[in-house]
Amino acid sequence: MFELSGRTALVTGASGDIGRAIARALHQNGASLALSGTRKEALGALAAELGDNVHILPCDLADPVAVEQLVPAAEAAMGRLDILVNNAGLTRDNLALRMKDEEWDLVLAVNLTAGFRLARAALKGMVKRRFGRIIGIASIVGVAGNPGQTNYAASKAGMIGMCKSLAAEVAARDVTVNCVAPGVIESAMTRALDERQKSALVGRVPMGRLGRPEDVAAAVVYLASPEAAYVTGQSLHVNGGMAMI
Amino acid sequence: MSDVAERVKKIVIEHLGVDADKVTDDANFIEDLGADSLDTVELVMAFEEEFGVEIPDDAAESIVTVGDAIRFLDKATAS
Ligand SMILES: NC(=O)c1ccc[n+]([C@@H]2O[C@H](COP(=O)([O-])OP(=O)(O)OC[C@H]3O[C@@H](n4cnc5c(N)ncnc54)[C@H](OP(=O)(O)O)[C@@H]3O)[C@@H](O)[C@H]2O)c1
Repeated sequence: MFELSGRTALVTGASGDIGRAIARALHQNGASLALSGTRKEALGALAAELGDNVHILPCDLADPVAVEQLVPAAEAAMGRLDILVNNAGLTRDNLALRMKDEEWDLVLAVNLTAGFRLARAALKGMVKRRFGRIIGIASIVGVAGNPGQTNYAASKAGMIGMCKSLAAEVAARDVTVNCVAPGVIESAMTRALDERQKSALVGRVPMGRLGRPEDVAAAVVYLASPEAAYVTGQSLHVNGGMAMI
Repeated sequence: MSDVAERVKKIVIEHLGVDADKVTDDANFIEDLGADSLDTVELVMAFEEEFGVEIPDDAAESIVTVGDAIRFLDKATAS
């Protein structure tokens, strides 16, 4: 499909459903990988499946000190970092009236602040080498909002705004910064829903099915590719037509 | 030329890809050497790395010529 051989990529949240698919797709197209997450066994299993040119770099993104070390560790493992995929994310849902400060703070810290710190660290080398791809996994919720998810929606909207500003800052160095915004994707979260809840969700999707992690991964591969060199500051919505923006 | 001046000029020449004879003490990074705002940030970061010092934002803003950088780093490395 797209040629990524010789490129190096760091994928956060690689132990999760979407991150795993992103890692597989980047690797399949030739990229060397650094896989990050907190569950070492899950990262190890993925690395074993993928084979060559894969490194495991566990990191708790809620820990600012650990976050600062992640990009340097990826650069040390692979020689340099060409592609950063900020995919890790979590939810702590609650209606705003009941939301605790801790729930707000944790979601913002992991979904947004860690992504900024990783991007800031990665940009140093990218700007110097005049090549780079930073891709954030946002969400339709960051654009449309969702009751019970003020914290999560704010983090995803924040990611979209951050990407646009970063994109403008580094465009002249041939570094692109974009988001992929999934709709509802088959994952641990949606597998936990009962049939009635699931069909209500699917009813809102013109395509008549939930998205697959591979649908998101394909968008990431495109944005990482040489062919997407002129695309920056954009959000690519992968949602089966659920929202047309 | 002092050691600091030599190292500063080498960084400027390499980073901006300009001829050595253009990199005079009163050469302005943006107006004379064709730097953009990101170049000036990158230069400050390169100076910090080379000399092992931290250049605060307000000091960085006052460094607009090659000579400004040399004077700042002369002082910063002397103390
Ligand atoms: N599934 C959907 O329908 C959907 C829709 C829109 C957007 N998204 C976004 O897509 C991304 C991936 O979601 P997913 O569905 O694949 O969810 P997932 O299976 O729960 O994966 C989440 C990933 O984030 C990592 N993570 C969470 N907290 C972390 C922390 N403190 N430090 C380091 N890593 C942490 C997890 O790593 P460990 O498990 O190893 O801690 C895991 O790999 C997220 O940003 C999510 O917001 C998902």
